[in-house]
Amino acid sequence: MNNNKVIQVEGLTKMFGDFAAVNAITFEVKKGEIFGFLGANGAGKTTAMKMLIGISKPTGGKATVAGFDVFTHAEDIKKNIGYMSQKFALYDDLTVKENITFFGGIYGLSRKRIKEKSNALIEELGLEEVENKLVGALPLGWKQKLSFSVSLIHDPKIVFLDEPTGGVDPITRRQFWEMIYKAANQGTTVFVTTHYMDEAEYCDRVSIMVNGRIEALDTPKKLKEQFEVVNMNDVFLKLARG
Amino acid sequence: MKRFIGFIKKEFYHIFRDRRSLFILFGMPIAQILLFGFAITNEINNVDIAILDHSKDTTTKEIINKISASKYFTIKQMITREADIVSVFKKGHVKAVLNFEKDFSKTLIKDHEATVQIITDATDPNTANTISNYVNAILQKYQKELNKNITFTYQIVPETRMVYNPELKSVYMFVPGVMTIILMLVSAMMTSISITREKELGTMEILLVSPIKPFQVIIGKVFPYIFLSIINAVVIVMLSIFIFNMPVQGSLFLLSLESVLFIISALALGILISTISATQQTAMMISLMGLMLPVILLSGFIFPISSMPEPLQIISHIIPAKWYIIIVKAIMLKGVGLQFIWKETFILLGMTVFFIALSVKKYKIRLE
Repeated sequence: MNNNKVIQVEGLTKMFGDFAAVNAITFEVKKGEIFGFLGANGAGKTTAMKMLIGISKPTGGKATVAGFDVFTHAEDIKKNIGYMSQKFALYDDLTVKENITFFGGIYGLSRKRIKEKSNALIEELGLEEVENKLVGALPLGWKQKLSFSVSLIHDPKIVFLDEPTGGVDPITRRQFWEMIYKAANQGTTVFVTTHYMDEAEYCDRVSIMVNGRIEALDTPKKLKEQFEVVNMNDVFLKLARG
Repeated sequence: MKRFIGFIKKEFYHIFRDRRSLFILFGMPIAQILLFGFAITNEINNVDIAILDHSKDTTTKEIINKISASKYFTIKQMITREADIVSVFKKGHVKAVLNFEKDFSKTLIKDHEATVQIITDATDPNTANTISNYVNAILQKYQKELNKNITFTYQIVPETRMVYNPELKSVYMFVPGVMTIILMLVSAMMTSISITREKELGTMEILLVSPIKPFQVIIGKVFPYIFLSIINAVVIVMLSIFIFNMPVQGSLFLLSLESVLFIISALALGILISTISATQQTAMMISLMGLMLPVILLSGFIFPISSMPEPLQIISHIIPAKWYIIIVKAIMLKGVGLQFIWKETFILLGMTVFFIALSVKKYKIRLE
């Protein structure tokens, strides 16, 4: 395996009966890259992502994530990836600290490590004032940032973000992307799905899925040149309309 | 193991920070047992009765004394004419009239048999039934005393021919039923709600993507409820012993084991419900309609199974609660050991294994 390629996918397919939700997709993601995974609703991006994070079995093709085969080593993959879903997913009735401790715990971190991580994380996000408050009482933007930090608590090789910025204001989105850049700079690979085309511009490379297939895959700059448009939104519209 | 402890800790946070679940967990059992024990009771206390004594001899006087000495009855009125019976009932205070035949003592000595008529106000059939049972009990007791020192037997024949059954004491019947309902409610409904809650909030997905195994998630979620259900069962048994003086004739150890078995079967049902419902509301509705109603109506808790139509009797066989109630009654009231209830225990065990297998299978399918 080439150590520089943390995700390698070849002809990955998911059939539901006769319907191919994901139809033989092929791509690679390099270490430390921010990889945008775009597509309209129902294009198959969530299904594809679920196969990569080990909670859905592919029906065909090959894929390795963090060096492990998705067919045979899903459990090893889980230890090496972080995940944040489009639904905000921390426990509202647990405090900031309790949430961090709980998720650190299920990733098998030692008590000492959890404590260090927890302090560092709270300091970084400026949550000292509210560390013993219930998460439910925090504004959505804070929750989202906290959620992202928690998904990185075990220093995963790759973090999967499923529409992480849905429903937050542009300023918080901006801050969120700064966090993503920071993680990428520290060597974490970021695999992100999004609806916002301006966010696609922030990615190193993007793929665009239409009806279960990857129809375009390149840097935002090259895609714009290829489709002879000025922004990613137009790239997307051109593809989606066929 | 460390992961598991952290998980359980989190589960307890959920429970103790949610007033609703706290209420269902601890308020309900106590409220139910007290309600059933005190308010919705078939027992009688200080019921007003009237007496029509045609003989006024020593035997009838003694019987009347016994009746007025019991805490169940207060003799409100002595009447002299048959015609008065209707009028005392019409006034409404008197719930029963005892009518002793003429020459009660003489007849008793001569024929060894005398008759007393118990007339009850059946506008409230339950109370009427209970009154006649209680009067019968007093008569029989008196008759026993009378026959103690003689070779032949005197018989006082009451006209309502019901044999006194000490198990008719209503709280004795309700305790096993209430215990069953509470354990079902806590175990099945609360677990199904708490699992679907994680699905609804999206945290289940996060847990499934984490290295923690699905079965660990499930065990972590149900474990606190096993613990709390056991506490509940203990509280119910204590309440019934100390407040209602209910005897526990059989082994408490056996009762505990059987209860844990029932709790596990209910938990498995809860997991099963959580696999088929997407939201907490659905889980709650399925638990209430699919579990609570049958437990209340078809388990023999309130309505005797033997008097149900055939199809309902057949359905009652597949309700775990039915078997658990039989077991609890047998242990608490009859004091029997495992040799008498091994069949019921075996059925309950079989059902538990079946539900666990089914929910594990369902759960796996859902993951795909």
